Amino acid sequence: MAQPDILGPPGQGVPPPAGGMPSARRARLGRRLRSLAGIALSLALTLLGLLLVTFVIGRIMPIDPVLKVVGERATQAQYDAAYQAMGLDKPIWQQFLRYMAEVLRGDFGRSISTGHPVAQDLLRVFPATVELATLGTLIGVCVGVPLGVVAAARRGGWIDQVARVVALVGYSMPIFWLGLMGLLLFYGILGWVGGPGRQGIIYDGMVPTVTGLILIDSLVAGDWAAFRDAFSHIVLPASLLGYFSLAYISRMTRSFMLEQLSAEYVVTARVKGLSEGRVIWGHAFRNILVPLITVIALSFGSLLEGSVLTEIVFSWPGIGQYITKALLAGDMNAVLGGTVVVGTCFVALNLLSDILYRLLDPRAK
Amino acid sequence: MSPLLSVRNLRVSFPTRSGMFEAVRGVSFDLGRERLGVVGESGSGKSMTGRAILGLVRPPGRVEAERMELGGESILNLPEARMRRLRGSRISMVMQDPKFSLNPVMTVGRQIMEGYRLHTGKSRAAARDKALEMLAAVQIRDPERVFHAYPHEVSGGMGQRIMIAMMLAPDPEILIADEPTSALDVSVRNEVLRIMDRLVGARGMGLIFISHDLNLVAQFCDRVLIMYAGRVVEELPARDLHAAKHPYTQGLLNSLPRLDRPVERLAVLQRQEGWRDALPAETP
Repeated sequence: MAQPDILGPPGQGVPPPAGGMPSARRARLGRRLRSLAGIALSLALTLLGLLLVTFVIGRIMPIDPVLKVVGERATQAQYDAAYQAMGLDKPIWQQFLRYMAEVLRGDFGRSISTGHPVAQDLLRVFPATVELATLGTLIGVCVGVPLGVVAAARRGGWIDQVARVVALVGYSMPIFWLGLMGLLLFYGILGWVGGPGRQGIIYDGMVPTVTGLILIDSLVAGDWAAFRDAFSHIVLPASLLGYFSLAYISRMTRSFMLEQLSAEYVVTARVKGLSEGRVIWGHAFRNILVPLITVIALSFGSLLEGSVLTEIVFSWPGIGQYITKALLAGDMNAVLGGTVVVGTCFVALNLLSDILYRLLDPRAK
Repeated sequence: MSPLLSVRNLRVSFPTRSGMFEAVRGVSFDLGRERLGVVGESGSGKSMTGRAILGLVRPPGRVEAERMELGGESILNLPEARMRRLRGSRISMVMQDPKFSLNPVMTVGRQIMEGYRLHTGKSRAAARDKALEMLAAVQIRDPERVFHAYPHEVSGGMGQRIMIAMMLAPDPEILIADEPTSALDVSVRNEVLRIMDRLVGARGMGLIFISHDLNLVAQFCDRVLIMYAGRVVEELPARDLHAAKHPYTQGLLNSLPRLDRPVERLAVLQRQEGWRDALPAETP
C-alpha cells in the first residue's frame, strides 16, 4: 500500500482550511442566487417589452377600437363619450400605463366576437390547449428521448434506421392530413377513440371546473366515466402532436448523444469497467440534459401557442383556434390578450429552462 | 516469474473504403513489474495497442493476436461482460487530457468512488474513505474540498492526479498511461510523473507508458519499445536508448536538440519505405 511520503497517512494530512468544504458549497449557492436575481430582472424587462409590443400593435392596427365598441350606427356624441371612456384622448404614455395596469389586473377588455371579457374566454380556451400540449409533449419526451439515445448508442443499427424514418415522416407529413386519416381510421372505422371535441356531448359541463384541465378535473370529481370519455377524446390529437414533437426531440437527442459518446470521458467510464448502460445513461446522458431541456421547452412552447391546424381538425376549443377566429373577425382585444398569455408562457418556459440549466450544469455561472 | 501481460503478434485493423487499414501490425511484448515505454510518432499505433489490450477497440475495428494473456489467462476477444470485470480492476488507463477525460457534470469524489465500488462492492462510506485516501496519496492537499469539486474547478495537473487516483483506486495490476503529461504544463509534468511512478512502484504494478517524448521515456522507463507504422521496430533498455541501432530510432534521437552537442541545424527524420515492412529488430 502506497502512502504519501510527504503528508503522512491519509486523514492526517494538512487539515482543510476552516470550513473548506462548506464554504465552497456556500459560494456555489451564492453564485446561483445572484444569477437567479439576474434572471428575474431580465424576465421583468422581457414582459415589459412584450406589453409594449402588444400595445403598439393595438394602436397601429387600422381597426377603430371605439367603433368596434359602439357599433356602426352610433351618434357622434356616443362615439366621443366612448372615446373618452377608453382614455384615447390622453397622451400615449398615459394610455400605455393604463393598459399595463389593466393587463396586470387581468383585464384584457371585452371580446367583440364572443361578447365575454377576453380574460374569461382565455380561462376557458387556454386550459384546453395546455392539456393537449402537455400530453403531446409528454408523449414526445417519453418516446423521443429514449429513441434518440438508443439510436445514437446503436448508430447505424436497425433502431437508428427506424428512428430516422419515423422522424422523417413526422417532419414531412401535413398534420391536418394525418389528423383526418387518424379520425377516419380510429374514430370512423374502428371506433376506438372519441370524435372531435374535448368531451362527448353527454359529459359536456358535467364535471365541475377546478383547473380547466378536464382529465384532472374529472379525477378530482372522482368521475371515472367522464375521465375515460375525456381521455378517449384527447388521445388522438395528443398522439398526433406527440408524434411531431417526438420527431424533433428524437433527432436532437440523437445528435447531442453522438457528440457526447465520442467524448474522452466516455472512454474513461469504459476503462473503469462500467456497463454500457451506465456509460450511456449515467455519464453521457447527464451531459446532454441541458441542451435537451432547452429543446423540450421550445417544443412545448410552440405547442402552447396552439396548433391551429390540429385544433381545427379535432374541433378542439383551444387558444390557437380562438386567436385565429378573433384575428379574422378583427377582434383585437382577444388577439392581444391571447398574445400576452402565450408570450408570458414562453417567457416562463425560458425562465424554467434557465433555472434547470443552472441546477444541472455545475459549470454554469 | 511469468509476465503480467504477454502479447504476441497483435493486430488491430479497421475496414475502410479502400480495404482494411491496419493500425497495429504484429506487435509482441511481455510486461513484467516494470515501466515499459512505448514511443513513436502519431499514427504509429501506440495508443491503439493500449486500447486493444483494454478491449476498447469497438466494432467494426478488429483485434487479432496469436496470444494476449493477462497473468497467464487469455484476454483475447473475451466476451464484453468478462472483459468489463477486468477493465478498471486489473488493467486501467490514464489518458492525455484531464479536461476531457473527467466527466464535467460529476463531482470528483463520485467519479473516483464509482469504479471502486463497482469492482469491490464496498459500501458508500468505505468508498468515500478510499477516495479521500487516494486523493491524499496523489498529494492533493485538501482532499475533502477536491472530493466535492467538479472537474472544471481543478487545475490540469490536479486533474491528472485525480485521474491517477481514480484509476488506481481498485488496485489494478497494470496501468496504461497514454501520453499522461502531454497536455500538462512543463512545471507540473515532473510532479505528476513522480507521483505516478511512486504509486505504481509501491504497488508492484506494470506500467505501459505511451509517449512521443524520447527524453522523458529514456529518463522515466526501464525498457522502451520503438513503434513505427504499427510495428515495433526496436526494443531496448531505456538507458541504452542513445545506442539504438534502428535508423528510425537514431533519426528520432538526432532530431532532438542537445545542450552538450549543439548543432547548426537539427537533423530532419528521413523516412524509408523499407521500415514499414521490415521485421522487428531482434534483441536478446
